[in-house]
Amino acid sequence: MWFTIEGDRAWLLGARCPACGTVCFPPKAGPCPNPRCPAEALEETRLSRRGRVWSYTNSCYPPPEPFVAARPYTPVTLAAVELEEEGIVVLGQVKDLTVGELAVGMELELTHGALADGRPVWMWGKP
Amino acid sequence: MSHPIILGVGMHPWGKWGRPFVEYGVAAARAALRDAGIDWTDVQFLVGADTIRNGYPGFVAGATFAQALGWTGARIASCYAACASGAQALDIARARILAGLCDVALVVGADAAPKGFFKPVGGDRPDDPDWLRFRLLGATNPAYFALYARRRMALYGTTPEDFAAVKVKNARAGALNPNARYRKEVTAEEVLASPMVADPLRLMDICATSDGGAAVVLASESYARRLGVTRPVRVAAVSTVTPTFPNTVLELPAFATDSTAAVPPPERPFRAAVAHAAYEEAGLGPGDLSFAEVYDLSTALELDWVEDIGLCAPGEADRLLREGRTALGGRVPVNPSGGLASFGEAIPAQAIAQVCELTWQLRGAAGPRQVPGARVGLAVNQGLFGHGSAVIAVR
Ligand SMILES: [Zn+2]
Repeated sequence: MWFTIEGDRAWLLGARCPACGTVCFPPKAGPCPNPRCPAEALEETRLSRRGRVWSYTNSCYPPPEPFVAARPYTPVTLAAVELEEEGIVVLGQVKDLTVGELAVGMELELTHGALADGRPVWMWGKP
Repeated sequence: MSHPIILGVGMHPWGKWGRPFVEYGVAAARAALRDAGIDWTDVQFLVGADTIRNGYPGFVAGATFAQALGWTGARIASCYAACASGAQALDIARARILAGLCDVALVVGADAAPKGFFKPVGGDRPDDPDWLRFRLLGATNPAYFALYARRRMALYGTTPEDFAAVKVKNARAGALNPNARYRKEVTAEEVLASPMVADPLRLMDICATSDGGAAVVLASESYARRLGVTRPVRVAAVSTVTPTFPNTVLELPAFATDSTAAVPPPERPFRAAVAHAAYEEAGLGPGDLSFAEVYDLSTALELDWVEDIGLCAPGEADRLLREGRTALGGRVPVNPSGGLASFGEAIPAQAIAQVCELTWQLRGAAGPRQVPGARVGLAVNQGLFGHGSAVIAVR
């Protein structure tokens, strides 16, 4: 959902407006979210795989349902990562890094992992 | 534009009382009517701010409160705009009064909140971003507040000690407020020793969820004159604006910001735009404020708001705080009510409670937390999914 994997690489799938170049994540069909753009439909696009940390945090306590928390629980790390070309910030879980290892401005790369119930999800990780 | 008059205000104290939300709303409404010196049977229009966590009666709050007060044949409306619901309800009442369609309206909001983290409404809803952010990311509300807090630390050098100082300031004010849920002063050490919830925010940096109710009686100028009201508090502005594309703040519950690939960011980010629209409508500016009530969902967010409402430039709210200028006794007290830090959030009631505080302060009736000589007050707030909320009251 909203991402694709080829070999050992993952990409976020967004939507791009063919008229003005506005990008959205998650992807949507249309119309273009730019209120001054007349485009009715958007095209699927792969987002840049690397970006810089806009901010980050963690959940020290297990998040409530419908999240499926691992047992025993270890804090989920989250990062909001700024993609320069698209001009957007995308939130995701962080794989194998704790808040102590992150910093605003640090480069991260898209990867993927599984939630505690096995459902695959995009994640940010070390480049 | 003439300014509608706040004839009466009332609240049911915030807490965890375990009663139905209707009781809090009715208690607040009756207090506001007493304060206004009118009867429920005089009210021509009632607007209820909805709660989504209390079943059907919550979704039709206008009708629910009208029935609980006793059917009178009054016109009603119900509205929902998340945390901004109260301001929207006030705006609906104001519009009807200014249009000459009614002379006196009652605005009521109340909530009975569940324990712990806010979670999405139940069931499988893969098209609802509020459900999906929990399902896919485990991104709770405090997680978003923490992202803003960490960003602030990185941009401006704000420290956890600054965050703690916000809580200390607001707890001191809240201790003086009989409607507040938490009425105990706290020390910075206590805040810094409370458990980490979402790094860098600790338990005492984050607002709780509460039960509570608040109500306002709003009237036309001629109606107030007939009652012989002198020097009333007036609503000079209500701003309910949305963000302007592209919104570059990662808003709760979104997965991403808007894109700046085609259009540069707007002149004012969303929160600043919410306040700006209110200033424009009132013909006033930040320099005119005697005090402000801002939506301190976290201690860190209060500092952002202080800048967004123009009390100082971005990055300077920490200094204002350290110099005591936003505390009671300072040049422009922020959250003299004690803020969400002392109340906890009762969603549809909160923006109305802010207006109650504006009214008491402007009347000079706020007791030991009174801002001396208060003439202009601003209340700001932001609801999920792009709901701005700002009210300016003057006397
Ligand atoms: Zn477009």
